[in-house]
Amino acid sequence: MRSIFLDVSAPIQINNVVKSFNGRRALDGASLELRQSEVLGLLGPNGAGKSTLVRTIMGRVAPEAGDVLIFDRVAKPGDNAAREHVGFVPQEIALYPLLTVRENLIVFGGYQGLKGSTLHEAIEAALKWSALADRAGDVTKTLSGGMKRRLNMAAGVLHRPRILLLDEPTVGVDPQSRERIYAMIETLRSDGVSMIYTTHYMEEAERLCDRVAVIDHGRVIAVGTKAELVRSTIGEKVEVVMVEKVPTLESVFLHLTGRELRE
Amino acid sequence: MILQVMRTGWMNLKRDRAALILSFVVPIVFFSIFAGIFASRASRTPKVTLAIADEDGSERSRRLIAALKSEKALRVVEVDKEKRPLNAASAETYVKAGDAPAAIVIPKGFGTSKITFGPSSNAARPKFLIIADTSDPVAAQVANGLLQKTVMTSMPDMMMNAGVDAVDQYSGGLTEQQKKTLQSNFKTFQEWGEMGGGGANAEASAIDIQLVDILGETKKAPMVAFYAAGIGVMFMLFTASNAGGALLEEHESGTLDRILSTRVTLNSLLVGKLVYLWTLGIVQLLVMFTWGAVVFKLELLKHFDGFVIMAVATGLACSAFGLLLAAVSRTRAQLSALSTLTVLTLSALGGSMVPRFLMPESMQKAGLALFNTWAIEGFTRVFWREEPLQALIVPVAVLVGTGLVFFAIAMRLTRRFEIT
Repeated sequence: MRSIFLDVSAPIQINNVVKSFNGRRALDGASLELRQSEVLGLLGPNGAGKSTLVRTIMGRVAPEAGDVLIFDRVAKPGDNAAREHVGFVPQEIALYPLLTVRENLIVFGGYQGLKGSTLHEAIEAALKWSALADRAGDVTKTLSGGMKRRLNMAAGVLHRPRILLLDEPTVGVDPQSRERIYAMIETLRSDGVSMIYTTHYMEEAERLCDRVAVIDHGRVIAVGTKAELVRSTIGEKVEVVMVEKVPTLESVFLHLTGRELRE
Repeated sequence: MILQVMRTGWMNLKRDRAALILSFVVPIVFFSIFAGIFASRASRTPKVTLAIADEDGSERSRRLIAALKSEKALRVVEVDKEKRPLNAASAETYVKAGDAPAAIVIPKGFGTSKITFGPSSNAARPKFLIIADTSDPVAAQVANGLLQKTVMTSMPDMMMNAGVDAVDQYSGGLTEQQKKTLQSNFKTFQEWGEMGGGGANAEASAIDIQLVDILGETKKAPMVAFYAAGIGVMFMLFTASNAGGALLEEHESGTLDRILSTRVTLNSLLVGKLVYLWTLGIVQLLVMFTWGAVVFKLELLKHFDGFVIMAVATGLACSAFGLLLAAVSRTRAQLSALSTLTVLTLSALGGSMVPRFLMPESMQKAGLALFNTWAIEGFTRVFWREEPLQALIVPVAVLVGTGLVFFAIAMRLTRRFEIT
């Protein structure tokens, strides 16, 4: 049997996933691949299907068709064992506000099956990684927005996942906290963690992501590096014409998805 | 501007169903419950179940029982659950088991004894025994009063006989002719009594009205054990429903999604919450009863085994009920309104707020369908009636059964959280 750590297969493979809510297609044959040790940005307008896709990967949404493979293993909804190497950082501050920073980490580490010295070491590492070691005894609800965001991330990596799903982890934080979060993600990348990073901030995607997938109307309509996306949508000639304005990822995104409001 | 502020307040209230329920539905429900309890008491005589053990078995004792039966305030029982005539011992058991709040034992010799007057008369009087469960302080007073009244009014011949004897003793003696004339008239008194002269009459009704006042005066009776159970169960319900709301908070904050993305399954999460709420409820009762033991001399140590059994069974039912309320509710605000309404209603009907013996019979019977009634009943059997542990089988069975059913329904309803 192959060791998972030597596995060169895609950490996540999503094949033609379909899911409807109240007759409306949230995912309409979405397909995507997360490669080894890459940060894959997931961009899309509100209601495009990003969160449904992330929740499908986490097994919280049961697709009507298609499947999700994690390290080549079909991960059915509710099959948490297939997702033991996956970490999840939700968009909401999904923590217990009355518990201290350390107590929250103890709770979520325990839910991941960690205990004893393993749990203790994981908590210390997470506190250091999130720069919250000196606030470990503080009650969570008293933390600043940026600290809560970092703790929210720390609670998702305690079990040292090889895949991490981050759903808009920088929403509502100041530039300093955002920089700190970027640094945390860079650390994970250097450790070889593969990540799917959902965001609305184009500059964030440009800075952090190796590749970007654009999703709209439940379909992945484009995937590639920034250069590949620019080339395939706006075209290389544009770079020559637009002397004063270099195409950004945002311009690519608007070109692909249009300017019409979705909500 | 003031109108605009009022309009804004009303618009917000209209949208907040929980606040609407608390504002209008809860008061109506409570008004109805308490009106049901007290209005019926004012409109008709509340019946007291009175067990009678006829140890005498004479014609006179049978007349007394017949007269007591004709009292509107009484529901007379002469046989035990196995349909055997009550005697002094079985009447005591009957009252102890809570089947009647009072029993009268008609002593042997009542039929042949005479009522005597004067300083040396006590030894010759028939000695009635009233066995009372004073958790219903009214029943004993009613039994005592109506017994005295019935003896005085339903047996004029007996009273007349006693009066003649007293006149004979203290007046220097009646002539033989006078005694014969009086004896011939006794029959008339006897017939008058049998025709209802001493039964349910206007005088008896007047006594019934006084009973309500007696109830008010007896509220300060030291019945710590009796009320500790009622209050304990009510607060256990409040705690469980409030703590059960953590599930909804976790759902609303996204924490539940995160938890269910780990190794925790919904079933293990719910079982964990149930055991937590269960333990919390038992500790809560233990703290309350310990306080009662220290401050109000509640005999906790003497009845500790019964307390533990009832606390464990009650804790299971209450914690499962708390989870059920959370499972039924969609939001924390909904749960708040629902739990306030249901817990207060259950507490009112189950006997936490008003003793059930004060309620109309129909309401008492309806209360038996509520699990908290059985919790209070179980604790009452332990601390008040001091019954053996076997007496807890029915209350414990009801509580455990209800708890398991509640939990099964809660698990079914919370499947909506599992996978979309």
